Amino acid sequence: MPEPEIVLQAKGVCKSFAGIPALNDVEIALHAGEVHALLGENGAGKSTLIKILTGAYRPDSGEIFLDGHPVKPRDTLHAQTLGIGTVYQEVNLLPNMTVSENLFVGRQPTRFGLVDKKSMDSQSREILKKYGLELDVRADLGSYSVAVQQIVAIARAVELSGKVLVLDEPTASLDRHEVDALFDVVRGLKARGMAIVFITHFLDQVFELADQVTVLRNGSLVSSQTIPKLSRTDVVRMMLGKDVITYGSAIAGGERATGDVLVKFENFGLNGKVRPFGLEIRKGEVVGVAGLLGSGRTEIARLMFGIDTADVGQATVDGKRVSLRHSSDAISLGFGFCPEDRKADGILGDLSVRENIIIALQGSLGWHRALNNDEQSEIAEKFIEALDIRAASTVMPVKFLSGGNQQKVILARWLATDPRFLILDEPTRGIDVGAHAEIVRMINRLRDDGLALVVISSELDEIVAYSSRVVVMRDREMVAELRGDLISPATIVQAIDAQPESIPA
Amino acid sequence: MNRTGLSRLVNPQTVALIGVLIFNWLLFPGFFNVTWQDGRFFGSVIDVINRGAPVAILAIGMTAVIATKGVDLSVGAVMAVAGAVAATFVESGQPLAVVVGAALLIGLVCGLWNGLLVAIFDIQPIIATLVLMVAGRGIAQLITEGSIVTFTDPGLIFIGTGSLAGIPMAAVIAAALLLLVHLLVRKTALGLFIEAVGVNRSAATYAGLRSKALLIAIYAFSGLCAAIAGIIAAADIRGADANNAGLWLELDAILAVVIGGTSLLGGRFSIPLSVLGAVIIQAMNTGILVSGFRPEFNLIVKAGVIILILVIQSPKAAMFFSFNKTSVRKGQTAS
Repeated sequence: MPEPEIVLQAKGVCKSFAGIPALNDVEIALHAGEVHALLGENGAGKSTLIKILTGAYRPDSGEIFLDGHPVKPRDTLHAQTLGIGTVYQEVNLLPNMTVSENLFVGRQPTRFGLVDKKSMDSQSREILKKYGLELDVRADLGSYSVAVQQIVAIARAVELSGKVLVLDEPTASLDRHEVDALFDVVRGLKARGMAIVFITHFLDQVFELADQVTVLRNGSLVSSQTIPKLSRTDVVRMMLGKDVITYGSAIAGGERATGDVLVKFENFGLNGKVRPFGLEIRKGEVVGVAGLLGSGRTEIARLMFGIDTADVGQATVDGKRVSLRHSSDAISLGFGFCPEDRKADGILGDLSVRENIIIALQGSLGWHRALNNDEQSEIAEKFIEALDIRAASTVMPVKFLSGGNQQKVILARWLATDPRFLILDEPTRGIDVGAHAEIVRMINRLRDDGLALVVISSELDEIVAYSSRVVVMRDREMVAELRGDLISPATIVQAIDAQPESIPA
Repeated sequence: MNRTGLSRLVNPQTVALIGVLIFNWLLFPGFFNVTWQDGRFFGSVIDVINRGAPVAILAIGMTAVIATKGVDLSVGAVMAVAGAVAATFVESGQPLAVVVGAALLIGLVCGLWNGLLVAIFDIQPIIATLVLMVAGRGIAQLITEGSIVTFTDPGLIFIGTGSLAGIPMAAVIAAALLLLVHLLVRKTALGLFIEAVGVNRSAATYAGLRSKALLIAIYAFSGLCAAIAGIIAAADIRGADANNAGLWLELDAILAVVIGGTSLLGGRFSIPLSVLGAVIIQAMNTGILVSGFRPEFNLIVKAGVIILILVIQSPKAAMFFSFNKTSVRKGQTAS
């Protein structure tokens, strides 16, 4: 088979935001008549790359070639005129205007200087016929289903651009039937020789539709290969980290001596969020939680900490039934929780490092028993030293610290409450390598001190390194629990990847 | 960072107040004259703290609300409601304690309603409190049955026009409330909790703070402050005017808080500076009045001064002015 010509190519693309690299020397090549899946976990750099290709961002360095000529898209409009169109997950059309107006807005056919509605409507019908849509083009776009809107958006993008089409999670809100209809449209465009970039979280759809897969991870290119060469397991492994093989045999967490059961969840769940699950956490053990993004791993943490209230099941601590209706319930039981989204749910950006450290302790003491200045400083300085937090002063706003130091501040916040049970959601995300290693060491130390820990992470090598048990989440359900020798990146990947059919219901 | 007591007094608010006072004095040399008459002080300065008291009291509650990233538009209307309740109760012959208690209670209930909408139903504060801003005057009219209810009860009138040790009662109440609330938020952890919820409500909840209960309590407190101001305003004119009592004062209160340096984005707040803001506003009002300017100038002069204060406070200006200071401080920590 002759190699089809390359339509759009990016080489050596780098982009950083405020000094934090988002893309590092990434390249991608799109061929005519190809569906190219772009995969990666959130934060891997997919959307940054797309925004660079479509002109929404300018790269710091690197080049983009269209049909072999270097181009520099100034903005999305310019990219469209060059031939690169985008359809976003949330349809970015105007639901209160008619279908034909949406197709032609900004370039309406005119007659004597006035919009020629008749010709606009008939042209619209022509265009949509090519996509197998016969509908009233004078009806408001909003009166049609999301799938139809999606196809209208594609039609508009193709009419405007015509060479490259970027589909950013187009199937996120479609049902199976609508997905099939959309795929037919995409296959039609592919046959017409367009290059199509397809971003999705659904691996099934990748294998159904795509010809080529490019995987990004932490802003770098992991691999770009044609579909026949790949298995699902390969793709999952590339998304989560390819170091899995090297770490495969280095399991240290298998047979650790652990204490009594501290916290026990039985049939614990919340309708629509997490299927009921059972989990025991012993003193002096780390339970790792693995799973892809959106698999329900953060949701179980929120349930265990009382941010969301479970509607079935029960929780016991030291054998006694407890109620977890609010985070303060959990804290009074000796729980702590470092949330995944540090900026949104973790730090109090404008408040000082000191206040950020003592806030949970002060919260559990209540408003009327205020820690005075000296007590606050003493506690803050103790943990700043213990965790090696690099802050110019204890009264500087915490938002000026680096990500790793902010994470340590939140860890310090919970350690100050002298907890028995800590839940850490992605404790090492978005922090530099040095702080990363320190946090992993800290987890080990806390475990040896007899704390019970639940650690959620996408870094499989990391989970394997410190967990005595690993539970795997998929589709908002706890699908596997791995112990001892069974804990390895390979088995975790297998459990994440396993087809739903192979799991007994 | 340890600022001494003296350098703490040098801030845009005190500078502005001094500037406004000096300006008033230049325009009207008798501005600082205070005379003792009938067992109380008289003079323009006394007038400033007396007239400024209702807005100052509103600003105390408003500061707490704004610190949580909210706003309470209903305080002017709640003043009218509380005034109406006080007037009708006193006219029906209730003892003063019952009259004041009922007026304060209705303010508290109004605040609880706002808090419920904001904290439980997650309605944006500006919309949630707009409801009562509109409905409140209607409620007040229902209570007064559409007329201005006047009263002659000396006890109630004393709250608005009396004096304690020569100082107008309204100013005494405002000062006492300021002291009480300032100690309450700064000597307990309440201030920290309010700032934490204002900076990041989600993170505050994750850290175990009862954000919802706190928000409800703060809106209730703002309602209570409005009721106090409402009683004073009614007592001052010896009557409850459902249409005009506290009209537009919510805007003055918000302005006082903003002049006091509390950001509308929530977080750090200072109740004393908000009260100072209220005094600045009233000093300008009184100054323009006594200096014999045409009243048309009032609003323009006021707007000009406010813009000046806000520009001085803006982060851009702060960066510009403190450039030298921070570079020195950095040098110190490095050494």
